[in-house]
This record gives sequence, structure tokens and C-alpha cells, in this order.
Amino acid sequence: MNKNRPKHLDLRLIKLPLPAFVSILHRVSGLLLFLALPLLLWTLQYSLRSIETFTSLRWMFQHPLSKLFFIFMLWAFLHHFCAGLRYLVIDLDRGIRLAQARASSRWVMIVSLTLAALLGVRLW
Amino acid sequence: MVDRIVTGAHYGLRSWLLQRITAVMMALYALFMAGWLLLHPDLDYDTWTLLFSSDVMRSFTLLVLLALFSHAWVGMRDIVMDYVKPAGIRLLIHVLVILALILYAIWSVQILWGM
Repeated sequence: MNKNRPKHLDLRLIKLPLPAFVSILHRVSGLLLFLALPLLLWTLQYSLRSIETFTSLRWMFQHPLSKLFFIFMLWAFLHHFCAGLRYLVIDLDRGIRLAQARASSRWVMIVSLTLAALLGVRLW
Repeated sequence: MVDRIVTGAHYGLRSWLLQRITAVMMALYALFMAGWLLLHPDLDYDTWTLLFSSDVMRSFTLLVLLALFSHAWVGMRDIVMDYVKPAGIRLLIHVLVILALILYAIWSVQILWGM
């Protein structure tokens, strides 16, 4: 492979099209979800272990910061979920034309943000 | 001759397929869980533990968690392969991710059958 190709990788100058933006957010959200795995397992453990740990979990969740964090992770999950479904559909050779791909990536953003906002308001 | 790297992704088809199968398993479980939570808006401890009291629910939950850990491995490996170039650091991160995920799997069994 020719390693001396000209490169244009100035991150401040690159303007990502929406499907690429959804794609990089799929990575970022996946990484965040991986990092949150111990927290997820710990929460599951505390929710099941005893009525005391269940109640203390409820109590901890009352804190605004933990609510904010939870809503943020909820968005990460919803984005990863919706973008993942989009890739599954694209793998079936559906929606692969440029206009359709742009429209579906817009829907991924709309649906994940809206659901995160609705659930966020409900949980607050 | 092709330069084989220990930290590479081999031929990719297996990982590609694994990523999609595990994704479908997790999506179905997530939809089930979301539906169940919608039906139980004021969730209390007894209702929650009753859901996880049967071996069927515990087994399916463990299956989905194992799918999640495999999925996380493929995803993390792809990210590390794209952004971490030095082979030594790459291998170190791979090993740490694998060990963490195996520990999570053991922890999951303890959570589900130790409650």
C-alpha cells in the first residue's frame, strides 16, 4: 500500500456527514457502555441481594447527579441500540442508497434523543 | 507474505457474525425488559426478585450477559485496533479487557444464583 498518500486529517476542519456522525457516536456510546459494565452488574447485584440494598439503591438514585448520569447512559444505550438496528437493516441490503442512509441516520438521532428526553423527564 | 499480527482480527467473518447474533439477542432481551418495566411502573423489591426467581429467567439473563460480554470484546478490540498502534500497549489493553470480561461473567453467575 502506498504510505505516502496525501492526508487531510485535521479534526477541526473535517465536517462529518450525519451517517458518519452517527457512526462515531456508535463507537463512543459503545465504549461508554463497556466502561459502565461494572456499574450495571453492581446495580443488578444490589437490586436483587436484599430489601436493604434495594432500598439503598433507590435512595442513591434520588441524587440529581446520579439521575443525570443515568439519563446520559440511557441515551448512550438508546443511541447504540438504534444505530445498531440501523446497521442490521443495512446488512440486509435495505436502505443503502445515499438519501435513505442519510434519512435513517437522522431518525437514529431523533428517536434516541427523544426517547432519552422523555424517559429522563419521567424519571426526574 | 502477509504480515500476521497477534493482536489482529483474523479474517473477521466470525467476529462480524458474532457481533450481529449477540446484538439481536440483547435487543430482544432489552425489549422484553422494557416492556416488563412498563407493566410494573411502581416496582418494589418482591416483584423484582420474583422475576429473577426462576432458573429459566436466570439462565436467559446469564445467556444475554455472556452475549453482551462477547459483543463488548469484539467492539473494544475493533476500537483498540483502530486507535492504538504500538503492539505492546495494544496487547496489554486486549488482555485487560478479556480478563475484565471473564471476571464479569463469573460475577454474573454469583449475582444470579447467589441472591
